[in-house]
Amino acid sequence: MQPQDGAAPPAIELRGIDKRFGAVHANRAVDLTVHRGTIHGIIGENGAGKSTLMAILHGFYQADAGTILVNGRAATIRDSRDAIRLGIEMVHQHFMLVERFTVLENVMLGAEGGPLLARGAARARAAQKRPGAAHGGTGAPPPPPARARAELKRLGEAYGLSVDPDARIDELPVGAQQRVEILKALYRGAEVLILDEPTGVLTPQEADDLFRVLRALRDQGRTVLLITHKLREIMAITDRVSVMRAGQMVAHRETAATSPEELGELMIGRRLAAPAPRPAPQAGPVLLQAEGLSVRDAAGVERVKQVSLSLRGGEVLGIAGVAGNGQGELLEALAGMRAPSAGRIFLRGQQVFPGRGFNAAALRRQGLAHVPEDRLKSGLLRRQSAAACAILGHQDDPSWRRFGLLSPRAIAAHAARLMQAYDVRPPDPALRSGLFSGGNQQKLILGREIERDPAVLLVGQPTRGVDIGGIDSIHQRILACRAAGKAVLVVSVELDEILALADRIVVMFDGRIMGELTLAEADERRLGLMMAGMTREEAA
Amino acid sequence: MEWFDAALPILAATLRLAVPLLLAALAGLFSERSGIVDVGLEGKMLVAAFFSAAGAAVTGSVWLGLGAGILASCALGLLHALACVTLRGSQVVSGMAINILASGLTATLALFWFRMGGQTPPLPSSARFLAITLPGVEALSGIPVLGRLYAALVSGQTALVYVTLALVPLAAFVLYRTRFGLRLRAAGEHPAAVDTAGLSVAGLRYAGVMIASVLCGMAGAYIATAQGAGFLREMTAGRGYIALAAMILGGWRPGRILLTCLLFAVLDAVAIRLQGVILPGIGAFPVQAIQALPYLLTVILLAGFMGRAIPPKASGEPYVKER
Amino acid sequence: MSAPLSLSRPLARLMAHPLPHWAEVALLPVLNLLLALGLTALLVWAMGSDPVAALAALAVGSLGSADAIGYTLYYATNMAFTGLAVAVAFQGGLFNIGAEGQAYLAGLGVALVALNLGALPPWLLVPLAMLGGAGFGAAWAAIPGWLQARRGSHIVITTIMFNFLAASLMVYLIVNVLIAPGSMAPETRRFPTAADLPDLSAFGFPSSAPVNLSLGLALLAALAVWLLVWRSPWGYALRALGESAEVARYAGIDAGRMIVQVMALSGALAAGVAVNELLGAQHKLLLAFTGGYGFTGIAVALMGRNHPLGVLLAALLFGALTQGGAELAFEVPDVPSEIVVLIQGLVILLTGALGNMLRRPVVVVLALLRRGG
Repeated sequence: MQPQDGAAPPAIELRGIDKRFGAVHANRAVDLTVHRGTIHGIIGENGAGKSTLMAILHGFYQADAGTILVNGRAATIRDSRDAIRLGIEMVHQHFMLVERFTVLENVMLGAEGGPLLARGAARARAAQKRPGAAHGGTGAPPPPPARARAELKRLGEAYGLSVDPDARIDELPVGAQQRVEILKALYRGAEVLILDEPTGVLTPQEADDLFRVLRALRDQGRTVLLITHKLREIMAITDRVSVMRAGQMVAHRETAATSPEELGELMIGRRLAAPAPRPAPQAGPVLLQAEGLSVRDAAGVERVKQVSLSLRGGEVLGIAGVAGNGQGELLEALAGMRAPSAGRIFLRGQQVFPGRGFNAAALRRQGLAHVPEDRLKSGLLRRQSAAACAILGHQDDPSWRRFGLLSPRAIAAHAARLMQAYDVRPPDPALRSGLFSGGNQQKLILGREIERDPAVLLVGQPTRGVDIGGIDSIHQRILACRAAGKAVLVVSVELDEILALADRIVVMFDGRIMGELTLAEADERRLGLMMAGMTREEAA
Repeated sequence: MEWFDAALPILAATLRLAVPLLLAALAGLFSERSGIVDVGLEGKMLVAAFFSAAGAAVTGSVWLGLGAGILASCALGLLHALACVTLRGSQVVSGMAINILASGLTATLALFWFRMGGQTPPLPSSARFLAITLPGVEALSGIPVLGRLYAALVSGQTALVYVTLALVPLAAFVLYRTRFGLRLRAAGEHPAAVDTAGLSVAGLRYAGVMIASVLCGMAGAYIATAQGAGFLREMTAGRGYIALAAMILGGWRPGRILLTCLLFAVLDAVAIRLQGVILPGIGAFPVQAIQALPYLLTVILLAGFMGRAIPPKASGEPYVKER
Repeated sequence: MSAPLSLSRPLARLMAHPLPHWAEVALLPVLNLLLALGLTALLVWAMGSDPVAALAALAVGSLGSADAIGYTLYYATNMAFTGLAVAVAFQGGLFNIGAEGQAYLAGLGVALVALNLGALPPWLLVPLAMLGGAGFGAAWAAIPGWLQARRGSHIVITTIMFNFLAASLMVYLIVNVLIAPGSMAPETRRFPTAADLPDLSAFGFPSSAPVNLSLGLALLAALAVWLLVWRSPWGYALRALGESAEVARYAGIDAGRMIVQVMALSGALAAGVAVNELLGAQHKLLLAFTGGYGFTGIAVALMGRNHPLGVLLAALLFGALTQGGAELAFEVPDVPSEIVVLIQGLVILLTGALGNMLRRPVVVVLALLRRGG
């Protein structure tokens, strides 16, 4: 849909938005015009400043400089309340839903329509008393106003967003939770709906459902702002697209008049290079093997189901899949962080599970290294020095002990060497690890793990949150391990990354392996179908 | 009828002992439902006990005493909210600080003002909450069981007892049937959702803590001016912690909290009754075993050996906007 | 939610700097202490007494004579033990509110050894009694630790409950079982003199002062805690766990075992109170001998930034306040000694819960000074 005639003011206009967080210049003089009744994409790499910009628009942060115009009028957005008043609603990447509340309670929160919840609810209560309509733990929630119930029904029908209003959020699948978020926004009268990376947790099919809803919203005159780093989504659904890079707005395009290649170049700031040709893998002996592995998460849900795989020295096995399909739990199980519920694991020919002393420390001693998926949550002691982080997991190693006690000097010397060798900047072992940039933190962790000369290297999301400059050097490090004959396993939700690193690719969906492809067999379409739950053959 | 003669005073005592527990447990309920853990119930009750007794002793009015007690409790509550909500400090540490602060403050002020070894002067009955005789006691006295039950249990309680019992359904109504309750519970479960809905997490949490403070104020006043006749040092004697246990065992819900408080109170009443009773072959009855039961039950519940205690999801965590 | 304190933007920028280490470990605690004392002085003044005279009485009462110093160090010994107990658990991310009950139970261990093995020579009896106390304290602390590690019970609530359980158990045992035959007072018979810890008259303290060899034990304990927590792989693992359970899981640290171990250590440290009180001063087991030191330990640990050196300094300070407070009531009649408890509460509040209150202005002032200089 084209922007409407010049008379109608744009739904949103940002002029010269500037925002700093300490040393980080997240937004630099950003301009953006979003026309009413369009789907407008904002694309950019991780850390390009998209989310900050939207948080400013939604009142979560305030800009240091710049103006916001809503429907042509200057607006002050100090907090979410102001944004809501202006009809701007946001669907966050991490849902803003109270898990122990029902759908209806969540939708009503902040827009209850009166001090008492039970008013005019007699009919609703009667309607609610159908068999099996059990309410969970919050202790018989009230029958909320019939009006809210009716409005929810109407919105659900109008946009194809059907959800049981009495279901508890924690009983709903992720896709349904996202529909609740959208319903919540619409219930409050959203004119402009911002979605922050909405498909990150969805299968391609669920994403298609979402896109249908977004198109319906546009066709009824609402405005949608879609933040994403996925080109496919931009091309599939937006009318216009704006590209951000390093805090700046670098281009605005009509989607119909651009191409994925152009957008990709604008995003990255250079031409996308075809993956560098790699020498064929020197397939060595099997170093890591899993047979019929099943893994439950902390809540007891089986997240990995009967997975078997083997990993040889000198090759990289990539595990692709939409986030949350069991890759994380599989990685944790292989690393010894989580005991599987069934199956067997062999490391360098030795059975380690089932076995006595199956834990991360023991596997590490037997030549396994692990770069965790979420480095801030698991890989670093953020409040301690880089030196302390450089021995994490290896604190029992006698080489940093003097007279049986840990020697700060020996540890600092080790860290300094590591930081030098892996180009961690600034190379200061005394600096708190939380103060390094994402890329430098990752290099520190990678260095720590590779430096031990492991036989097997497990890497989760190698470059998540790493700035573009750092990605290449991290990839080189991983490929160097392959060349050195190590067995490398890479889990990534970024297909580009999988294609750039892996020799063989397995795709996980709903805890199962949908199939294995060689690099030559793999292309984005086929991988995409397998990530959506098709087998290798179906996707051929 | 012999067992009835024995049970009636125990039942009446149960009701009276349950009231301060119930008030404090409901206080904890409102605070924790908003997301603020309150281990400072004990301290707030203690200052309220002192200031209500002091106020009643000085003014001669039990109601002014109650007001003074509530105000003092609210002052500590404000401090707790400032520390936990505004300054995002540790909620448990703040609560412990308030308990110790209250202990030192009440002792110091009691000694300074009244010079009676840390007590307030004994309150005359005009400055205490007195039992109210409900109409119909005479008329019903002829009915064998109900008449005495009505006279000793339903009638003959102080005003605060009736108010407290009315507070249980009121608390349930506020939490589950009002807009405020919905928002308060949301603030304790997922504050970011409250924030992005355009509501003030800080405002709701302050409200939760202040409601708790008023209830603690009433509990303290009850102990000093209804149950007792003046302030004694450390007179709350750990009831704030038992209330915390009752709140946990009650699963953070008003109705179950009422039942738990009644259970704890009946244990206490029986223990008092059995004090000094010599059992054949065993010796003195170990009343400590009964007194320890509430704590033991709480430990067992928390360990998941019976049911599961699920606190509000975000309680104990200061709310910080994430980058 | 709007920012809690509305600050102008340049000011906010100044505050982005973290505090230098020395300000964090020394300046802030001292400022918080001064603020607590200032508030107390205000109260003293409001009560119609002279705050300066009160402070002087505190100082003289606590440090004015060898006898006073002896008492100050005796109290400080108790507080050092409970402060270390709380601090060690804190380093593992655990808030042990149960030092009071752990010390109480440790008293049982000390008494059982001292009363039943009285025929042994002192060099054997005293260490055994200490071990008995440490063992009971450790066990009483390890149960909440185990419940936290394996059953997910929150350690704060469980240790609170265990304080009351300890109190009930000890009252029952002392009143009904251990009481000296024919005695009216709820206490055991005197321990054999072989179980007496030597006083410090060799160091010039009058023998009337209750300070005893436990003081040396407390100093050794502080050194041992420092070596263990900051210079051993176990301590590294403990602090990693204290920062993040997820990191510990990644590093292959057995969090459950660490929690039980550190709680046992914490309880064993709290047992020092029983050693100091029962072997060093009272020479019998009596009701409520722990006198709230378990809770003072929280203030000591917070004030001492959970570091052994800081704990020792804070213990000395609170020991002096306790001893000075006792004298204060004589010197300044209108100010009761209980005001010391008030100061403790204020210190916990200021250093523990309101810690961010002074941090902001200090950060701004330091940044301005740096810019000016």
